[in-house]
Amino acid sequence: MIRAGGWLLAVAALTLPFWLQSPYHVHVAIMAGIFGVLAMSLNLLLGYTGQLSLGHAAFFGIGAYASALLTLKLEWSFWPALAVAVALAGIAGFFIGRLALKLRGAYFVLVTISFAGVISLISVNWIELTNGPLGLPGVPAPELGPWSLRTKTAYYYLVLAAVALSYLVCRRLVRSRIGRALVALRENEALAESIGVDVTHYLVLAAVVSAAMAGLGGSLYAHYTRFVSPEVFLFTYTVTMVIMVVAGGKGTLAGPLVGAVLFTALPEALRAAASWQWQMLAYGVVLVLLVFLLPRGIVPRLGETLAGRHSAAAVAPAARH
Amino acid sequence: MLAVDELAVRFGGVTALERVSFQVRPGSITSVIGPNGAGKTTAFNAITGYLRPTGGRVTYDGTSLTGLRPSAIARRGVVRTFQKTSVFPVLTVVDNVLTGLHLRGTAGFFAVLAGRRRLVAEERSLAAEASAIVDFVGLTHRRFEAAGALPYGEQRLVELAVALAARPRVLLLDEPGAGMTGSERIVVSGLIRRIREQGVTVLLVEHDMRMVMGISDTVIVLSGGRVIAEGAPAAIQAHPEVIRAYLGASAGSA
Repeated sequence: MIRAGGWLLAVAALTLPFWLQSPYHVHVAIMAGIFGVLAMSLNLLLGYTGQLSLGHAAFFGIGAYASALLTLKLEWSFWPALAVAVALAGIAGFFIGRLALKLRGAYFVLVTISFAGVISLISVNWIELTNGPLGLPGVPAPELGPWSLRTKTAYYYLVLAAVALSYLVCRRLVRSRIGRALVALRENEALAESIGVDVTHYLVLAAVVSAAMAGLGGSLYAHYTRFVSPEVFLFTYTVTMVIMVVAGGKGTLAGPLVGAVLFTALPEALRAAASWQWQMLAYGVVLVLLVFLLPRGIVPRLGETLAGRHSAAAVAPAARH
Repeated sequence: MLAVDELAVRFGGVTALERVSFQVRPGSITSVIGPNGAGKTTAFNAITGYLRPTGGRVTYDGTSLTGLRPSAIARRGVVRTFQKTSVFPVLTVVDNVLTGLHLRGTAGFFAVLAGRRRLVAEERSLAAEASAIVDFVGLTHRRFEAAGALPYGEQRLVELAVALAARPRVLLLDEPGAGMTGSERIVVSGLIRRIREQGVTVLLVEHDMRMVMGISDTVIVLSGGRVIAEGAPAAIQAHPEVIRAYLGASAGSA
């Protein structure tokens, strides 16, 4: 049943632009996709290794700036710029991973926050390169062979492909011995080491993949909004990612995606429904309710409900003995 | 052979281990006993890399383990369990063991990303191995239950299963019988014997004298951070210094 649901979702995602009424709705779908990539990226660290990165916007911003600068200043085309943006974010993840390795928990959080602060300051102050607070306008739209992905519908499919790729990467990692090693570190580090899990190796690996994925989101964002400024490093982006992961269900594959769709669509829906004072209030109320009612997130709860029905059916015949 | 040579551990001014030397004969069951605070768990921590010794060294088959990280020591076949129950609480019993099979898997990052077909076969054989180990420790009926929700004695069996999954050549068990009922202890003693029969050397710390004397080939007695006696169980039971260490000086002089 879950598999059928997955296919249904895939078909819905593929045909979505044809159902949506206006370019505005497609825009919301694109943003949900980009945040989906970011939330999945954060989830690799937060959900699977248990380390909270509160500087995740830094990797997002590095991807955005790298991609924008390469296409604007060196006139690279989109695809190699995207690849280099992902690689650079991954390299930054490597250093943060190494640096933060001795520092777990609260210290890791602080290191990541500081890192984002430093990168943000560079983007504001290295004016020759980044144009400072004015930002970089005119980031070109991607091209795919003879086609320009300038239209929202075309861009939607690009983002959808990135979401699918990121999901596949997460899924393969999580369902392998690598994913088990990450969960082992999260659940009981001393025990994980005693069975031969190399802490350094796996935490750095998770940080690199997570950062690279955030860089992918950043590049997609830059070429979509066609404009990059130091705003990409705003703490709000990181907080939004955390909310998406926690509300959707950290440590689950689908959770971050559910969270991304919900928390991209919700503010937009509220914007249509209420004046801005009420928007934030309603957003807050929804968030508090989610935390109270579904502390482990939407997806784990949904899974339990489905599994509950299954196991009830499985237990019934056994109870006859 | 696992050899501990002049191992010393000091915490500030407190000496936990003072030049402790002993050897664990391959294929034997060797027990380390001693009153509380004698340094038994400290010795375990120093041997398995959880604690850096202030002096001395530990070698296994001639290669030095001193200064290596726990995961590197595990890779060389020296695997331990913990005195306090230590499982992956949210994972099921079988997933605990599957996680324990980490070193048995070969899949690297790129192979995993590429989704190589051979990995499917590997996962299948690991799953089979995991359920065989779960059967071995007698937790078949619990295999899909979260390890953290099991009764204490069964959690200790999960712990043993996870350690076995790492394919140890030397298995260090830190009080495997602690907190168990008498019948559970008999089961654990049986398991330890069977583990040894499979060619695994067992070194254990244990307080339960009946268990120690029943299964050990050699008993090492620690007291005050030093080895005060070493020998066969019968000899140890009659050893005057051991009696004094356990019963106190007054009993010895009486």
